[in-house]
Formats: sequence, C-alpha cells, structure tokens
Amino acid sequence: MTLSAAAVPDAPAAATGSRARRSGRWFSRLGVGGWVAVAVLAAVLLTALLGPLFVTTDPNSVNLSYAYVGPIPGHPLGFDGQGRDLFARLLHGARTALIGPAIVVAVSTVLGAAVALVAAWVGGAVDAVVARVTDAMFAFPGLLLALLAVSLFSPGVVVAAVALSISYTPYTARIVRSAALKERSLPYVAALDVQGFGAGRIVVRHILPNILVTVVAVATLSFGYALIDLAALSFTGLGVQPPQSDWGVMVAEGVTGIIAGYPQESLFAGGLIVVTVGAVNFLGDRIEGASGDPR
Amino acid sequence: MTALLQVEGLRVHLPVEGRPRRVLHDVSFEVAAGEALGVVGESGSGKSMTARAIGRLLPAGARAEGVVRFAGEDVLRLGGQALRRYRSGGVAMIFQDPRAHINPVRSVGDFLTEGLRTHQRLGRADATRRAVELLADVGIEDGAHRMGQYPHELSGGLLQRVMIAAALAAAPRMLLADEPTTALDVTTQSEVMAILDRLRREHGMAMVFITHDLELAGAVCDRTAVMYAGSIVEQNASARLHSHPLHPYTQGLVRARPDIAATTRLVAIPGQPLSAYEAGDGCAFAARCGYRTDPCTTQVPPLRPWGGGWTSCLRVAEIADRLAPGVEEASHG
Amino acid sequence: MSALRFVAGRLAGLVATLLIVSFLVYGALFLAPGSPIAYLTRGRTTSPQDVAAIQAQYHLDKPFLVQYWLWLKGALHGDLGRSIIYRQDVTGLLGERAVNTCFLVVAAAAVILVVGLPLGVLAGLRPGWLDRGILLGATGAMAVPAFVAAVVLVSVFAVQLRWFPVFGQGQGLGPRIHHLILPAAALALSFGAYVARLTRAAVRAELASEHVQTAESRGIPRAALVRRHVLRNASIPIVTVSGLTVGGLIAGAVVVEQAFQLNGLGSYLIAAVGQKDFPVVQAITLLFVTAFVVINTLVDLSYVRLDPRLRQGANR
Repeated sequence: MTLSAAAVPDAPAAATGSRARRSGRWFSRLGVGGWVAVAVLAAVLLTALLGPLFVTTDPNSVNLSYAYVGPIPGHPLGFDGQGRDLFARLLHGARTALIGPAIVVAVSTVLGAAVALVAAWVGGAVDAVVARVTDAMFAFPGLLLALLAVSLFSPGVVVAAVALSISYTPYTARIVRSAALKERSLPYVAALDVQGFGAGRIVVRHILPNILVTVVAVATLSFGYALIDLAALSFTGLGVQPPQSDWGVMVAEGVTGIIAGYPQESLFAGGLIVVTVGAVNFLGDRIEGASGDPR
Repeated sequence: MTALLQVEGLRVHLPVEGRPRRVLHDVSFEVAAGEALGVVGESGSGKSMTARAIGRLLPAGARAEGVVRFAGEDVLRLGGQALRRYRSGGVAMIFQDPRAHINPVRSVGDFLTEGLRTHQRLGRADATRRAVELLADVGIEDGAHRMGQYPHELSGGLLQRVMIAAALAAAPRMLLADEPTTALDVTTQSEVMAILDRLRREHGMAMVFITHDLELAGAVCDRTAVMYAGSIVEQNASARLHSHPLHPYTQGLVRARPDIAATTRLVAIPGQPLSAYEAGDGCAFAARCGYRTDPCTTQVPPLRPWGGGWTSCLRVAEIADRLAPGVEEASHG
Repeated sequence: MSALRFVAGRLAGLVATLLIVSFLVYGALFLAPGSPIAYLTRGRTTSPQDVAAIQAQYHLDKPFLVQYWLWLKGALHGDLGRSIIYRQDVTGLLGERAVNTCFLVVAAAAVILVVGLPLGVLAGLRPGWLDRGILLGATGAMAVPAFVAAVVLVSVFAVQLRWFPVFGQGQGLGPRIHHLILPAAALALSFGAYVARLTRAAVRAELASEHVQTAESRGIPRAALVRRHVLRNASIPIVTVSGLTVGGLIAGAVVVEQAFQLNGLGSYLIAAVGQKDFPVVQAITLLFVTAFVVINTLVDLSYVRLDPRLRQGANR
C-alpha cells in the first residue's frame, strides 16, 4: 500500500506519554511563505498598536477644502472626501479592524475547544447534544447573527463581536472535537487511563498539547473570517460607527469617492483588508500543513 | 527459448523528502513463460518497487533506468496504445489491500466488466456473462447476485478473489501479485493462495509473487529471489533456497521462521532493514552479518552464479556449508 | 432499505434544526433590553391602538411557548407578521425582493459552477505551472471579501470603463442580467475561489488513490479513468463544499445587495435593522436560515445517490 519503499516503520509510540510529540514540528512547517505571512501580520499588528503614537495627524479633523486632494508632504496618501488625512485614518482604522476579530477568536476558540474537549472525552449523551446544537448553530451564518444582535441592542463592534463569538464557537468546536476524538483513540491515552490518571490531567496535559496545532490553525483561519465579517458589518453602517475610522467603514465611505473618480479611500482600505486576510489565511494553511501543495 | 520477462540492471530513484534517492539497485532476473518467481524481502527491500516498475506503476516523480523486456518489448519505454495493450493483455497486477484498491462507489460488476468493456469491446450482456464465469472460477458461486453488490458488502477474502477474477479477465500472460494475502487472516490466506495457484497453473500464466513470507513463496513459486536494500542477494529454486541458502541474509530469514516443533530460542537478525540509499559502501547487509570480513565492507558484491543458484555473498564458497539452517551462527569479528 | 432510514433521519434532523432555529429567532425578541413591547415601540410615537395591535400580533398576553407556537403556525401559513414601519403584512413586502435575491444568488452560483469548479478540476488534474497559478490565484481571491470585490469592480468596470451600470437592477430581462453581472461576480469571487481550491484538493486526492492505480494498471484510458473514478469519487466532497458555499452566498448577498443598491431581501434586512422594524428582521432571518438548512439537507440527501456505502447504514 505504501508507495515509498523507503518507509522504515516508526517505533511504536510508547505509553509513557507523548506531550511533546508533535508540538515542536509546526514551526518548521511554515516555510518561506509562512514566515513572510508572519512578518506581514506582525507589521500590521505593530502599526495598529504603535502607529497612532508616532503619527500625530488627527484622523477625524475635517477640512472640506482638502477633499480628495492627492499626496502632499506630511500626508503621504492624500485625503478623503471630507478632507481627513487618509494615512492617519487607515492607521487608526487598523486598531478597530483588528481588535474585534481578536476578541471573537479568543472567545470562540477557548469556548469551542473547551466544549469540544469535554464532549470528546465524555461522549455519550453529552456528545450527542453538543453535536445537535452545533449543527443547529451552523445554520446561522455569522453575519446574520450579528445583524440580529445589532437589531436587538444597538449598532457597534461590541455587540457584533459577541454575536460572532457565539456564531464561531460551533465551527471551532466541530474541528477540535474530531481532532480530539482521533487523539483520544490512540493507544497512549488508554494506557494513561489504565494507569489511573484522571480525565482532566489526561485531557489537559496530553491530548490538548497534541492537538494544539489544529486549534491554532482553526484560530488563525477564524481570525480571517471574523475580520471579513466585522468589516462587512461596518461597511453596512451597523458595525463601527462613523466618524470612527475603520477599514470597513472607509470602504463604504469611499464609494462616493469612487463615483466621483477618486477611488483611493476604498481601494486603500480594501487593499489592507485583503492583505491582512490573505496573510492570515496563508499562515493558517501553513500551520495546518495543508497549503494545497502536498509534499 | 527466451524468457517471457527479462529484467536487466533495473535502477529506480524515488524523491524522498524532495531529493531523489535510490530504492532499487541494479536488479536483474528472468521469468520464463508459465513460471512463478517469488520475490521475498522486508520493508525497504524494494520488492514492491520492482513489481511496480514492471507494471509501469511507479509513483509520480520516480525515475526508472535499465531494461525490462516483456515478450521482447522494452516495457519502460512504452507509451500510449502500446502501453495500454501491455497492461490489458500482457501483465495483470493484483494488489495487497483489495478494499483500498477497488472503487468503493462502483459496483462489483462494474469493477469486473470495466476492462472487458473497454479493451475487448464486449457489450454489457456479454461482459456480465463472462464476469459471472470468472467469479465461478475463483469459487464465488452466486456471481449474478454479487455483481450488483458493492465492495463494502464483501469480506476481505471475497474481495481479493474478485480482484483475482478481474485480473484474469484480460487473459494476461503474467501476473504481478504484490503481497495479495498479507491483508487477510491466515485461513482466508490459504484459500486465496490455493485459488491463485490453481488458476495460474490452469491458464499457464507466469507470475512474479511479492511477499515478505519466505515459506509462502516457497510453497507456490518454482524459484525464489531474496531482496535486501534494493538488490537481489540470492536467487534459487525454492526448495534449494530453503535447504541450502547461499546468503547469510537468507539463512537469517529461514531461521527466523517459527516452527511448531522447535524448542530452542528463535534467532533474530540483529539490527533493522535498510533501504538502498541508506546502505553505505560495500555489501548492504554487512552491518548485520555474522560472517562479515573486511572485503565485505569495501566492495559492493555482484550477483553471481554459484552452486545452481545466484548469490551476492563474497564468501559463499567458504561458508556455504555453514549457511545450511540449524548450524550455529558464527560470532562477530 | 437503509437508504430510507438515512433519508428519514436527515429529514428529522432538518425539522429539529428548523425548530431550534425558529425558536431562537422568535425568542431573540425577549433578549432585547426592556420588555418586548417597550422594545418594539421604542423611538416611535405610538397610539394606544398601535400598541394594542402589536400586543395582539405577538400574542404578548399569552405564555411564552404558546406565543412561539402561534407565531410558528402563522409563519408556516405564510403570515410573517406586520411591519411596524409600513403597517403592512411582511409577506407582501418581501415578495418581489425575495425574487431579486434569488436571482442574485443563482447568478453567483452559476458563475462558481462554470468558472470555479472547472478551474479546480483542471488544477487537480494537471500539476505544473497552471496548477500553481490557479492555486495562487484562488488563495488570493479568497482573501477578497464580497464588499471589497464589489467596490473594486464598480470602480474599474462601472466608473472607469463604463461597461456596466453602478446601482440598481434595471427593468426587463436584458437590462436585469446586465445589472446583475457585477454583483454576481463580486459575490462569486471569494466563494468560487474556495470551491476551486477544495475541488482541486479532492481531485488530487482521488488521483493519488489506490483504486485509481488499479484502473491505471488495467490500461483504462485516461479520459475514462478521470471520468469514472476520479471525478465520480471526488464529487462527494465537492458536493459537500457546494452546500456550505450556498450558505455563504446567502449571507454574502446581504452585503452585495447593499453595495449595489439592489432591492433584495439583504438590503431590506439592513434597512429594517436600522429602522428597528423587528418583525421584518425576524422574517428575513428566518427565511435565510430556512433556505440554508433546506439546501444543506438536500446536499446531505444527495449523498445517498452518490455514495452506496450510506445505503447500508454506517459509513465503513
């Protein structure tokens, strides 16, 4: 069955626990492209966090006489339709664009992984209930849930982020659950169980570290999806509220500019979204080890 | 009379972790029409690769050099129509795990008749009739019913019989059997082997039979070749290979087989088997060999005729009588 | 016989999911701050008659489960409540808009089937520069959200090149199609890329599988091999992906309709959220989610046709 005659059988995994079995390897899976993606994301993150400290131009100062003016010294990207400095707005917009997804990912990953681990270990009725609820939640695309939440409370990032966290939890839970089940069926888990180790200890100190790569991969990809969903919501005017700058908001506000022949605002903001999401997706792929290019 | 299959100097490189590595090192042998040759070895020995090279089924990225001549044609250079003719009437392959090698979403009947309808242009009715006959040949009596079933509804042993029936459908002149019974339990194993052996003799087909089981090869094959680290280390008539091995590795294999009458401890060959590219200078087996001397580690020994068979052991002349199983292995150094 | 059991199981699952989801959609009203009646009338001048009408519409005097049941019964009969803003039956307000949204989603799905799927198959069958190019393109396209694609397409094709109109949907079949091209393309881009990538992976996996090796070893010609073994088997994961994609298309349609100012359910949903017209929000959400669940169930059911192993019960 094996195509390679060079396969020498691995020594069977000892029952002495396997905590570090696979956790070290994922660094090497990144490859050149993966590290480029990390660099890009680090750059975006740093700019978002530290940029506003260094760039002192006010992103919200309106000056209609500067509407749609191109780049001039001190304003490298020119101005938007209300004469606000584009560079400053993009910089400040990075914060809102990234914080929301970060919260969504943090909550949904922790919650989803916890639920999945419990369901995978306990099995039985608990698992069945979790599976059924997860399936039902899948019927709710994140954006729809966010819209529902916004209509109940009020427009804003916080409401949307909470709704998206709830919506993304089943996605994380499903993937982590199948990884956990697969891990649980390995012989070393049975060995640990027989030796009398408690369920909590086995799950936390053995199963979890070994599926950590999967969890990180899911979290990374979720970040990209959350970024898109939140930006889309801001685009419709129901997320981040103007005059706060946010990439999604800027894409929407820039539409009048496009029609007038000044596409900069929308294109720069949209471009930043694409670059960030692209880097995140690429990184997530690499971590998963499934970039589509089989070795 | 020229042999049906002539393999001369076959070398195969596979990409392993991105770099090409040699997995077959200068393999040469012949198989006459109607004759069965067993190819025995452990994992990494290259036995499967040999079968695949002959069947033109090497994985993508593999490179094969040398000559493989089937009925006079150089198989490695075939393409297009000629290659299809070779595959559909010259050689038929039987694989190890029938469940993985038969399309699970198509019916058993579809699997059996696919070749018939494609190559022999049989209509559906004719092909079905012929398929039912083939199933009867392999001992499946309710063929008509089986045709409509799906692979997951059949046991491993039944599926392997179906695979054999399908291989016979093209009336090949040679069978390439790649560990056909390894995935089956022991009882089923002997049933399937009996069927395979009987049909082969009835139809006068040649066979290259890949296995890790030396005794099984001896039971069904006229001659046996033993492979290690990508080379053939010994070739002989099966009976003589067992009683008078001409290579320390063969001796090791023979002695490692559990025997119900034996009361002494099993002798295992120390160390792990290698792939061709992992072997250093000299004889690939030297590191594990109890008879090694200095020349063994410096020159790669060629396969030479000796005492009615072929062997690549440099010291065969001196140690031949010690190689007969039952004699204590010489100590190292 | 077990095929029937599989189908029955899936249909039961469909009903269960719809019940849970509709319960959530209805119950969401009670999550709002304040009492339901306060929420529904918030920010509006309402006469006592209006309040009484809303009270009656939502049966707020009855126990919660009865309310839910009455609402559900109404929904099944086509009564989706009354819009607070327009004081009209929601169903009437949705009719034409639903058709428009359908057009958009179907158009986008068509683009994905005609472009994304074949590209994925091509990439899977022919490793090499073409494959790498398609993979790279698809990975990049996946990062472009529908609204960004919409904006870029408008900028290039509508404003600069003037090949297409910017907003609205036009009258008559020809202009409608013309107006639909850019929105459909914007919607189809990232999902089409996703489908292309997964199709490629599925085709590649099948091409490397052992049963395809068997067919190869029998000298089956390449075309027949690809058709009967590779594509046939890859169709299972491809259909799975397609089902999930349609769900994404429905959600994406919301944003695309807003961007292009198409008069569909999506843009209406956004307007209703802004206006706090909750009955409309509920109705559209329910419709969308129902469509999504029904489509996924249909996808599940198609497996019975595609995968004989399911007809016997558990997947072996």
